[in-house]
Amino acid sequence: MAMTARQRARVSLYVQAGIFVVAIAALILATDWKTMATNVFNFGKIGPMFPDIFLVGLKNTLIYTFLGFVVGLSGGLLLALMKLSSFPLYRWIATGYIEFFRGIPALLVFIAFGYGVPLAFGVQWNVTIIVMISLGIVASAYIAETLRAGLQAVPKGQLEAARSLGMPQWRAMVTIVIPQAFKIVLPPLTNEVILLTKDSSLIYVLGLTASQYELTKFGRDGISSLGAGLTPLLVAGAFYLVVTIPLSLLARKFESRSARTKR
Amino acid sequence: MNDAVHSTTVHAAGVDISDLRKSYGSNEVLKGISLNVKPGEVVCLIGPSGSGKSTLLRCVNLLEQPNQGSIQVGGFEATDPDVDIDKMRRKVGMVFQQFNLFPHLNALRNCSIAQTKVLKRSQAEADKVSMHNLERVGLGHLAERFPDQLSGGQQQRVAIARALSMNPELMLFDEPTSALDPETVGDVLSVMRNLAKEGMTMLVVTHEMAFAREVADRVVFMDGGVVVEEGVAEQVIGSPAQPRTKEFLRRVLDPTHINIED
Repeated sequence: MAMTARQRARVSLYVQAGIFVVAIAALILATDWKTMATNVFNFGKIGPMFPDIFLVGLKNTLIYTFLGFVVGLSGGLLLALMKLSSFPLYRWIATGYIEFFRGIPALLVFIAFGYGVPLAFGVQWNVTIIVMISLGIVASAYIAETLRAGLQAVPKGQLEAARSLGMPQWRAMVTIVIPQAFKIVLPPLTNEVILLTKDSSLIYVLGLTASQYELTKFGRDGISSLGAGLTPLLVAGAFYLVVTIPLSLLARKFESRSARTKR
Repeated sequence: MNDAVHSTTVHAAGVDISDLRKSYGSNEVLKGISLNVKPGEVVCLIGPSGSGKSTLLRCVNLLEQPNQGSIQVGGFEATDPDVDIDKMRRKVGMVFQQFNLFPHLNALRNCSIAQTKVLKRSQAEADKVSMHNLERVGLGHLAERFPDQLSGGQQQRVAIARALSMNPELMLFDEPTSALDPETVGDVLSVMRNLAKEGMTMLVVTHEMAFAREVADRVVFMDGGVVVEEGVAEQVIGSPAQPRTKEFLRRVLDPTHINIED
């Protein structure tokens, strides 16, 4: 007996749901729950992580991310303007910078600034400064491309209108074009902050003192000191989500708002 | 102090264009245009699309850089490489086909932003001037609205108020009614008509023949990058001398006329 298209679609949906349930069940059955309980979900032993993972770890992660973002945003804006410049040398420098730092792992940048700069110049930087610069340098390369797209999305007539009112180029950019571009790039910029929050964990390659620990370092430390297996990493991961999920929701809100009105 | 608010008599500037040439690559769009607009005069530029009239208009405030020739605007030699472009543009108001209002600012701020940032007027004075000009275009009651809360015709009138708030001595209109719904065209044209009566120098690119005929002191017909015919509005539109002008006017004035060759 032949099925209608609707019936076929429904059967196909049941089959897909069935496969999903079976896969989950197989995974649960295959898991060694005894080991998991001591090594991954051993929440009884993580007490010593608190309250420092919150008061120090989360705080430092937020500070590092914020500083990296501030540097990244200023650097990114400068690079974006250079990339849109009519002066070829600026464009080449910006393009070279962006391609280079987008193309190498952020970890290498951390190592370069954490170990390379002290070797090269004989200076010993504070960890906060290293994070700020390393994260900022990587972030500025990504943010530059986001901002460039945003600036180009502002209609050409806006600049023309501002210029024809007697505004010099820089004034027209600062007062008219950049504020509009920022509204356009708010959602992708928020996503950029999420990436930075996670990249701030790369600081683990540097030697940190206890007061400089951020979330991931707390997790790694807990692995060796608490005897709860990987459980501390799970806790650290949960704290990242506490930061990133609200940001994600915020980005979605910006997106729907800019879709509703141009303002 | 409040000259900006109370001046109803316009200090008008003239425009003197001679042998203006402009090319994009090998495509020459202005082939030696000479045009004189006296202070307080209203000149309408008409002609088919691609005839170079918009480019000519945009050359006057240097939104397009001419290749050759000279433009004098109210004491400024626009084509002098050392001219202070920003200072010159303060004297020249520009109204665009697409309005180009600043969408992130309300109507009042659209009018006051350049006053405070360029003319260094205080916010209070700038707002006063803006309000005066919004009332002048009949939109004082919508000063708090943002551009996306205004109709096309209202947006264009705010754009005119914005340009007027800089106390220009010359106004350029680039097809100001071409992007409007037919029912809002009249409001914009009546604002322009009043402006002409107040003695503003106006250079208007338009397809509104009735407006040109009524308001313009002179009409200039352009085609293919040259001025084909110019003269008193009544004469150029009413009884054109050149065959190309006749053909153009026959097409625009008679909407039922269908040209098979097109």
